[in-house]
Amino acid sequence: MTEYGLLQNAIVYLSASVIAVPIMKRLGLGSVLGYLAAGTAIGPWGFGFVKNVEDIRHFAEFGVVLLLFIIGLELKPKTLWTMRRSIIGTGGSQLLFTSILLLLIGLALGYSFNTSLVVAMGLSLSSTAIALQSLKERNLLATHAGNSTFSVLLFQDIAVIPILALLPALGVVVADSGDSAWLGLLKAVGVIAAIVVGGHYLTRPIFRYIANTGMREIFTAFSLLLVFGISLLVNAVGMSMALGAFLAGVLLAESEYRHELEVEIEPFKGLLMGLFFISVGMSIDFGLLLKDPLIILALVVLLVLVKGAVLWLLAKAAKIPKSQSSLFVFLLSQGGEFAFVIFSVASGSGVLQQATVDYLVVIVALSMLSTPFLLLLYQHVIAPRFINLDQPPEPDAIEEDNPVIIAGFGRFGRTVGRLLHANGIATTILDHDPDQIETIRRFGYKVYYGDASRYEILHAAGADKAKLLIITIDDADAVLDIIDQVQKHFPNLTIITRARNNGHVYEILQRGVSLFRRELYESALQLGEEALKQLGFGAYRSKTATQVFHAYDKKLLRELHKTEAPEDRRLLSLQAREDIEQILTADAEEIAKDNRQGWD
Amino acid sequence: MSETGTPHIQLLFVHPFPHRSKVNRVLLDGVCDLPGVHVCDLYEQYPDFYIDKDREQQALMETNLLVVQHPFYWYSAPAMFKQWQDVVLEHGFAFGAGGDAMRGKDFLPVITVGQSEESYKPDGHNRHEMDEILYPYQCMANHCGMHYLEPIIIYSAHRQDENELARCVDHYRKRLINYRPGQETNHD
Repeated sequence: MTEYGLLQNAIVYLSASVIAVPIMKRLGLGSVLGYLAAGTAIGPWGFGFVKNVEDIRHFAEFGVVLLLFIIGLELKPKTLWTMRRSIIGTGGSQLLFTSILLLLIGLALGYSFNTSLVVAMGLSLSSTAIALQSLKERNLLATHAGNSTFSVLLFQDIAVIPILALLPALGVVVADSGDSAWLGLLKAVGVIAAIVVGGHYLTRPIFRYIANTGMREIFTAFSLLLVFGISLLVNAVGMSMALGAFLAGVLLAESEYRHELEVEIEPFKGLLMGLFFISVGMSIDFGLLLKDPLIILALVVLLVLVKGAVLWLLAKAAKIPKSQSSLFVFLLSQGGEFAFVIFSVASGSGVLQQATVDYLVVIVALSMLSTPFLLLLYQHVIAPRFINLDQPPEPDAIEEDNPVIIAGFGRFGRTVGRLLHANGIATTILDHDPDQIETIRRFGYKVYYGDASRYEILHAAGADKAKLLIITIDDADAVLDIIDQVQKHFPNLTIITRARNNGHVYEILQRGVSLFRRELYESALQLGEEALKQLGFGAYRSKTATQVFHAYDKKLLRELHKTEAPEDRRLLSLQAREDIEQILTADAEEIAKDNRQGWD
Repeated sequence: MSETGTPHIQLLFVHPFPHRSKVNRVLLDGVCDLPGVHVCDLYEQYPDFYIDKDREQQALMETNLLVVQHPFYWYSAPAMFKQWQDVVLEHGFAFGAGGDAMRGKDFLPVITVGQSEESYKPDGHNRHEMDEILYPYQCMANHCGMHYLEPIIIYSAHRQDENELARCVDHYRKRLINYRPGQETNHD
């Protein structure tokens, strides 16, 4: 492809997405359907702008890889461990029973055992891309149905490895794999061990080193390099790239760079996922569909029904609430992207004929197309009926939602944090200085690397659920940026902020934030109090004098804020200085006049 | 009591603004050099009202006589003394189960009062005897098992001339010098 051709293609994809996705979203049909529609429109059976569908799809599968990486990031190893039963139980049963049913149907239709088995296994897998994208888009990952869906998909991702390994054995042509099964397994274990160890010990210093350069694009580049590198490495030893990326994500889930990584990868994931759905839309062979419309549609319906029936029974067994069970069924009822992979490998090793594969691809693509419609049915018809029956939403198991977010964890923020921690209050801490993070980490604090003035970081830190944001960074402009962002996106979040000086205070008050403390101001007052004491004022008198001064100064600050002209401000300050002096020295004058009334 | 036989006297000085006071300072200066007298200036020590409970309780353990010297604010001590009572004389230390640390010790209030002695009579301005007004101190002593000694009250404090003031200091000083644990009978 020439460079010009590449750009031309990019323009076609981008325009199709920009046109189709917003329309579909407007119509309430979801972005997935938008991309699928865009794909059919520009594909060989639409306007025919794009021909090399297969290549595009291979490239776009990185979208799924990134999606799983991000999901891994949100899942700590501990959480994953608690899901083990659901993964093996629900996931295993889904694959086993669906495959058996489909195998029987294949045999009944007169296909050979080997062909039926490969097709059954391929079709029993669901689309991670569609299911997870739909869940994320609707914010349903944390529900019971969302959890179960995820478990099933994870099991399927793992199952792809043995299925692909099985294909050559079933085929006529034995694929030329240099390694024995044992050696392959050994390699896989070795690579996973390398990822676990490397992820634990190497990524942190590298991230720190890169973050230190202060160049965001290099951070992004490294993030992508990390994900793609691990995916290809894992792929090289015969595991699915998505699984590798997921593993890498889980490993980094406890890293302080987690939020920032998520933010950097998110847009790439979005675009590539879009491209992936477009490629699925393009693979729908309307020629075949027009030739045998009834048979193909019947098979699509049969596939969805069989998968749905098994899922329905599993939903009961897994005790998914009634209101959510149809969501679980619909989300996993389609054929998945792994089917494309398995069928193309199978045709390569002679298990399936190319003509059969062409039909299967259309069936899978159409089943994928059916999911957004089924979800619409769920959203508008089924879910509303359960609204009153539904229990309150389950707590979000994946997100860390502490009541307090502290932005900036230097000398200032650390004291605030220590006080809160000492009182058993959980905080999510953000800081933008890698050296700082390294230091704090050694003191046992969990700090996330991220710029708190960015919406995505605040969102990832749980700003929509937190009660309080404490801004303790020293950069006055950055403080104002954060305040602006928070007021725009999280109006319910209470802000407490560190202020640099009076000018900064006016800016803060201007924004309607009245909870602030001037940095250095209170410690300066305390030092002044100590000075009075040393001059023989007496501890309590010094304290009282300081308190009076402080109260007066606070009042003055608010008055100065209301005063616009600098000259007026100057006069007001001078006047205030005289007033406060008069108040504080009145005491001494009374004593000098020996005018004490009663209380001695 | 120390090995030399001198009683240990813990003197709590409770005055928020000693620089404004004449009488209280002179009184304190008159006794603070006596052997066995340990002065704790509560407002100086704890200007933010955060009292070191352990330290205060430790000091009380060794004490035979607890003296509280303060001006009379609203028929009571300045706020700090109430805080001291609340924090230091806690359950399990000064009263209640296991709370016998103060048992058998003596308690002496030393109070400077602005109004005249006549005003503290049933037909005077305040309509009550000083003894009645000081019931909270008597109750405190009783509750902790302490002996309540006859208080030193200096009426019309700010109107005292130098001679009168010197007599007051002298009386105060003698009471402390002549103090022997458990010898003074209860004042009522």
